[in-house]
Amino acid sequence: MENINLFVLLANWLRQWLEGVGASPDVIEVVMDVFGTVGALVFILLNALILVLLERKAAAFFQQRYGPNRWGPKGVFQTIFDSLKLLSKEDIIPKAVDKWVFKIAAYLIFIPAILVFAVIPFGEGMIISDLNIGIFYFVAVASTATLAFLMAGWGSNNKYSLIGGMRSVAQMVSYEIPLVFSLVGVVMLTGSMKMSAIVAAQTKVWFILPQFLAFLVYFIAGHAELNRGPFDMPEGEQEIVAGPYTEYSGMRWALFFLAEYANLVAVCSIATTMFLGGWNPIPGLGFLPIPTYVWFVLKVYFMIMLFMWTRWTFPRVRIDHLMHFGWKVLIPVSLVNILVTGIGIKIYQWMGW
Amino acid sequence: MIGLGHFLVLGALLFCIGLYGALTKRNAVAVLMSIELMLNAVNINLVAFSRYLTPDYIAGQVFAVFTIIVAAAEVAVGLAIVIAIYRDRLSVELDDFDWLKW
Amino acid sequence: MSDAVFTVAFYVFSAVTVLAALGVVLKKNLVHSALLLILAFVGVAGIYVLLQADFIAAVQILVYAGAVAILVAFGVMLTKRGDIRESNLANRQKWPALFVVAGVFAVIYALLGQTNWGPLAAAGPEDSVGILATLMLTDFVVPFETAAILLTVAMLGAIVIAKEVKNSK
Repeated sequence: MENINLFVLLANWLRQWLEGVGASPDVIEVVMDVFGTVGALVFILLNALILVLLERKAAAFFQQRYGPNRWGPKGVFQTIFDSLKLLSKEDIIPKAVDKWVFKIAAYLIFIPAILVFAVIPFGEGMIISDLNIGIFYFVAVASTATLAFLMAGWGSNNKYSLIGGMRSVAQMVSYEIPLVFSLVGVVMLTGSMKMSAIVAAQTKVWFILPQFLAFLVYFIAGHAELNRGPFDMPEGEQEIVAGPYTEYSGMRWALFFLAEYANLVAVCSIATTMFLGGWNPIPGLGFLPIPTYVWFVLKVYFMIMLFMWTRWTFPRVRIDHLMHFGWKVLIPVSLVNILVTGIGIKIYQWMGW
Repeated sequence: MIGLGHFLVLGALLFCIGLYGALTKRNAVAVLMSIELMLNAVNINLVAFSRYLTPDYIAGQVFAVFTIIVAAAEVAVGLAIVIAIYRDRLSVELDDFDWLKW
Repeated sequence: MSDAVFTVAFYVFSAVTVLAALGVVLKKNLVHSALLLILAFVGVAGIYVLLQADFIAAVQILVYAGAVAILVAFGVMLTKRGDIRESNLANRQKWPALFVVAGVFAVIYALLGQTNWGPLAAAGPEDSVGILATLMLTDFVVPFETAAILLTVAMLGAIVIAKEVKNSK
């Protein structure tokens, strides 16, 4: 019984059954991928459902009020009723919008959010596709998330939407650089971009210790990439109504928020994998009979709570301060981190460790 | 069975579409986009050659990386020039850029 | 991947790329052209995956779809004037250009048929990232460093050119 967990067992059964039925290898691969994708989708939607409530509860806690408390015990059904309300609302498409761009943007924002989950190791052996370039794939796919904001901002044909779209593009393109640079240190230490290799390298020491600076940079840049927390410039309500979301209503509007929470889970999962040891148990607690995927989810939720904490305790930053901070502080810091990591690796090799 | 020839024909098609755009567009940004298409066509050829002719020494992929780098630099400078001219002339029509002196 | 899957994937990606590229050139709305350009880039990335160049495919998505195309769309939106639906018109060279392009394609196609490529490899590289990294830092280290300088110079140049000139009093 070598730590084989429930989901891997299920996948193996399915594979054997398909082979027994006599399906060709192609069909088996496709079916397995479909099941993996469905699993990831269920994971995303469940998390989004929980996170919306969690965020409102956390916000209420930080602002010393009750938060949702009418539907179900302590208001746990609030999100479900909210979704029902949004589903039943009229889907208003204003007359002057660029129809195709406007409609597609709401769906397009979901594609990178889902694609990212293909390389996230949820537990031992639980990765949909263990690519050779795993972390680079994440970076590449995540970089296209900007597009949906640009399309929504442009397609709405509204000056506030356009300003919001432009802001989010400027912000996300700028903060992508420190985000990628902060991950380079970990890749240098591991010598591989494969997710399974990165997790395997952290059985003894998590990379948050040797790469603490990188973790901080990733954490800050992650906020900007998600358009959350002190960096929610694209939707700064006081200045530009709701940015790219202004003209959206009903379910299309909800899709943007679902995607935001899916992205939050993705960014936190990558942080867990890269810095917090992935699905490895906390050192010293490995003897507990807790499956690896539970460890993973626990760590992801720890990261999510950190993100919520910063979001509800810091005031919004001004747009020019944001750009200055990104280009003049985060990028130099992450470059220095790469340099120091390189020197450190050389010193270790020189000492013969 | 898809072979080298198929990829090369795809590259040629993409190159010709880009060439047509570069020759016929009035808008400077549209010409830049067409040039990007042509560079992509070249990259498809480079990667296809390295895959089918020299799979152990993939210099073609290295060239493709350099092409991408140069294309990125080209777009940055090209757009900066377009924006600078736009500020001066309030136009991005290439036919308006016919003066010899600033 | 079996032949059938490979063939289907090749034709799907090719169709996406070529149709999107045609859209880029023929659409009258410049913003639509810019967005279709991104689709064309994604299609090309798919072609790279089929050619077992997964690193190049990721670079393609990261640099082209994630940065270049978005910059272009940005540029379009910054230099918008007049009716956007009539922003990407052709000039008077439509027919001569078509003629030239058809000629170029015919020549390339004819030469493709005549050339003997020698023995074709059955399988691509196993670990293309590893080979690529080694090549970049050994045989191609000078171009690699030059590319870094080129990017820095291009960035500074773009900032200087695009920066608003303050009216001196």
